Amino acid sequence: MSAITETPTLRPGRELNLNWADLGPFLALGALLAIGFVVNPDFLSATNLSNVITRSAFIAIIAVGATFVISSGGLDLSVGSMAAFITGVTIMFMNRLAPDFAGLSIPMGMAIAVAVGVLCGLANGLIVTVGKIEPFIATLGTMGIFRALITYMSDGGTIPIDRALRDIYRPVYFGTFAGIPYPILISLLVAAIASFILYKTKYGRKCAAVGANADVARYSGISVVKTRTIAYVIQGVCVAIAAICYVPRLGAATPTTGLLWELQVITAVVIGGTALRGGKGHVWGTVAGAVILELIANLMVLSDYVSEYLVAGVQGVIIIIAMLIQRLSK
Amino acid sequence: MSLASSIKMENATSVAENAEAALPALVMRAENVSKRYGPVTVLSEISLDILAGEIHAVIGENGAGKSTFMRLLSGYAEPSEGTLSMGERLVKFARPNEAQDAGVVLVHQEILLADGLTVAENLFLGRELTRRGIVDDRTMRRMATEKLAELGCSVSPNALVGTIALADRQLVQIARALLDDHKLVIFDEPTAVLTGDEVERLLNIILKLKRHGIAVLYISHRLDEVQRLADKVTVLRDGRMIGTYPGRSLTQADMANLMVGRELATLYPAKNTTPSSEPMLSVRNACVPGYVSDVSFTVHKGEILGFAGMIGAGRTELFEGILGLRPGTAIVELDGRPITIHSARQAIDAGIGYLTEDRKGKGLLLQEQLGPNLTLSSLSRFHPGVYMRGRKETAALAVAVENYDIRLKNLRLTAGQLSGGNQQKLLLAKVLLTDPSVVIIDEPTRGIDIANKAQIYAFVRSIVAKGKACIVISSEMQELIGICDRILVMREGRINGEVAGAEMTETNIALLATSRAEPGHASQGERA
Repeated sequence: MSAITETPTLRPGRELNLNWADLGPFLALGALLAIGFVVNPDFLSATNLSNVITRSAFIAIIAVGATFVISSGGLDLSVGSMAAFITGVTIMFMNRLAPDFAGLSIPMGMAIAVAVGVLCGLANGLIVTVGKIEPFIATLGTMGIFRALITYMSDGGTIPIDRALRDIYRPVYFGTFAGIPYPILISLLVAAIASFILYKTKYGRKCAAVGANADVARYSGISVVKTRTIAYVIQGVCVAIAAICYVPRLGAATPTTGLLWELQVITAVVIGGTALRGGKGHVWGTVAGAVILELIANLMVLSDYVSEYLVAGVQGVIIIIAMLIQRLSK
Repeated sequence: MSLASSIKMENATSVAENAEAALPALVMRAENVSKRYGPVTVLSEISLDILAGEIHAVIGENGAGKSTFMRLLSGYAEPSEGTLSMGERLVKFARPNEAQDAGVVLVHQEILLADGLTVAENLFLGRELTRRGIVDDRTMRRMATEKLAELGCSVSPNALVGTIALADRQLVQIARALLDDHKLVIFDEPTAVLTGDEVERLLNIILKLKRHGIAVLYISHRLDEVQRLADKVTVLRDGRMIGTYPGRSLTQADMANLMVGRELATLYPAKNTTPSSEPMLSVRNACVPGYVSDVSFTVHKGEILGFAGMIGAGRTELFEGILGLRPGTAIVELDGRPITIHSARQAIDAGIGYLTEDRKGKGLLLQEQLGPNLTLSSLSRFHPGVYMRGRKETAALAVAVENYDIRLKNLRLTAGQLSGGNQQKLLLAKVLLTDPSVVIIDEPTRGIDIANKAQIYAFVRSIVAKGKACIVISSEMQELIGICDRILVMREGRINGEVAGAEMTETNIALLATSRAEPGHASQGERA
């Protein structure tokens, strides 16, 4: 084409493209484990770690969904209330079905949980995209609605699961497969599927494009409404899966179930390396972020240096440090 | 402040005129200035004298180092080697504020204003006037109106910047730079987003600054402006200084050759002498509320159809309306078949490709790598199944890089790391990957250097040579005349006339763009 064309050194190929923002959460996780071991050798025991990671599974599963929403340029504050609402609805359905279907009512209840999750996510998504309301405000509204519904359904008290079902359902939280608790396996499975969707499918590409620049996506023929709405539906499904794992843990839904989970979820996503303004999502970073949060809490309980009443404060410090690191590594 | 400053300006001028009648004062001198980023030298040993009351143009291709040089002079970056001096004194600017305090200001190429604030608030941002500690909005609004009027800009000082036209934003930005007294004003491609009249007004402002004894450093890709304005022209190529020449001694062709370092082949490709009369795209009664009313036109196979007009004439809005990117109605026929378009997806699937004028804001994902950018409009065609295959994408990118001569160091760059010309080629490749029968290009060469321009014109011509049709929207009349077979001129949301063949002159187009066509002359886009 032109006289001064230089042969560009093109390097396609499968070169690993790691940078500090991608590695950060995993390095932090490693550092935390090392510190934990120094503070209290029991910290690294298989029992303790397995307990801690199991506890982090709910947040991890919901945060994986939040990675889609945040990647597509949205935000969902309603996840904690939604988890409580879905837990309540699920238990009520299981209890109602128990006399007729016995043990079969558990999978039926799970299916209903997922269906309710899809509907809740769809509602959030449509309010944001079709209703064109800021995600913060829209999900602030639904957060209140879901919380009010669970309070109303439980009459301000608890909705316990049927005694007969409790024992059958129990293993979903307390059981293990090859020595690994089910919640950990489920959260790994959810994260694996999510990272496939986000990195290997067209939808994932569209999601990141919409989050990075909605105008570019629109001019490229991508439906911003559809992409964002689907992200909220994925979030709803993830909340439902978390609720399914959560029911056997306490065996009841209460108005305080999932309180402030949205903060932990958003913190996990952000320390996982996903930018809050949208763009590329980091699914495995999010999982690491959720584990980090729970590890810090555990570490504070096991050590005598800092009062465990300050857990939330330390988590707050962590999110700010994570943001500063992201800023400085730019 | 504004009134006082213009009075001071007058005084300064008379002093300057009296004392320096023979020899203009040296405002700034750069000696052997170099800039390295890591191992990469982007600028080496530039020496330049800038004199009071002189317009000094700096020209060069994209990547020649012009912008870097301007950043060094105005405190946005520090030279790795070499010195800057003002008068007798060596200066070092660690940040733009220090340069401004010393009397050097840079008018940015990009618009850096807060959309959510009013014109007046933006103008005085960071240096609000106060009365007894309270922000004095009334005075600021009055002064904003005056300052803008001087620039021939009539936007209300209360208008939100986000709602005013791009050209007006540029003028607000210039007004902001001129609010204080300066010894040296640096313009980085100020006319890139302006049209006809607005350019004229800006050039007059620059001439006025010169008369007031202020030194002006002027960067532009528009060589006609450089030729008209510049007292001196400095040419940069690949980070080196080719030389400084007296302004009037160079023709535009000389300048282009110095910039490129070789004889430029003709800028515009040969025209198609016998365009087919078979219609490719015909649009009837297009309306876009608030912008366009009842526009009809037809573009034929093998034809490049131009759309001329002032900014605000509704050219971009017309096509965004037709293509479902903004609310609008139109009856559209493509290759003889009626089609309905409600979204960008439908337009792309029907075979109409659109290159936006806003390459950075609406065209490319600047943080994303080149491959995902290239295939973003044709994901389904590239990945028919659920799973995406990276290899197909890499192969497509290699082909695009080759075919469109996109210059890059490696394929892992992000789109934002490419120069403007290469971004535009990538955008062209992205749109053509959807295999459109009609390609609509809005401002094909905005902010692009001359060598890349010539290539893009050649690409456009080669698109229609294959029997496709092309529509070019441009504010540069020379460009339209150079590449189009026929030009429609829009004015106030309607087609005001058509020119073709020998009638395609700047005078004819300017006349149609600014004044109502005589009855009978307006042909509403139809070819007899």
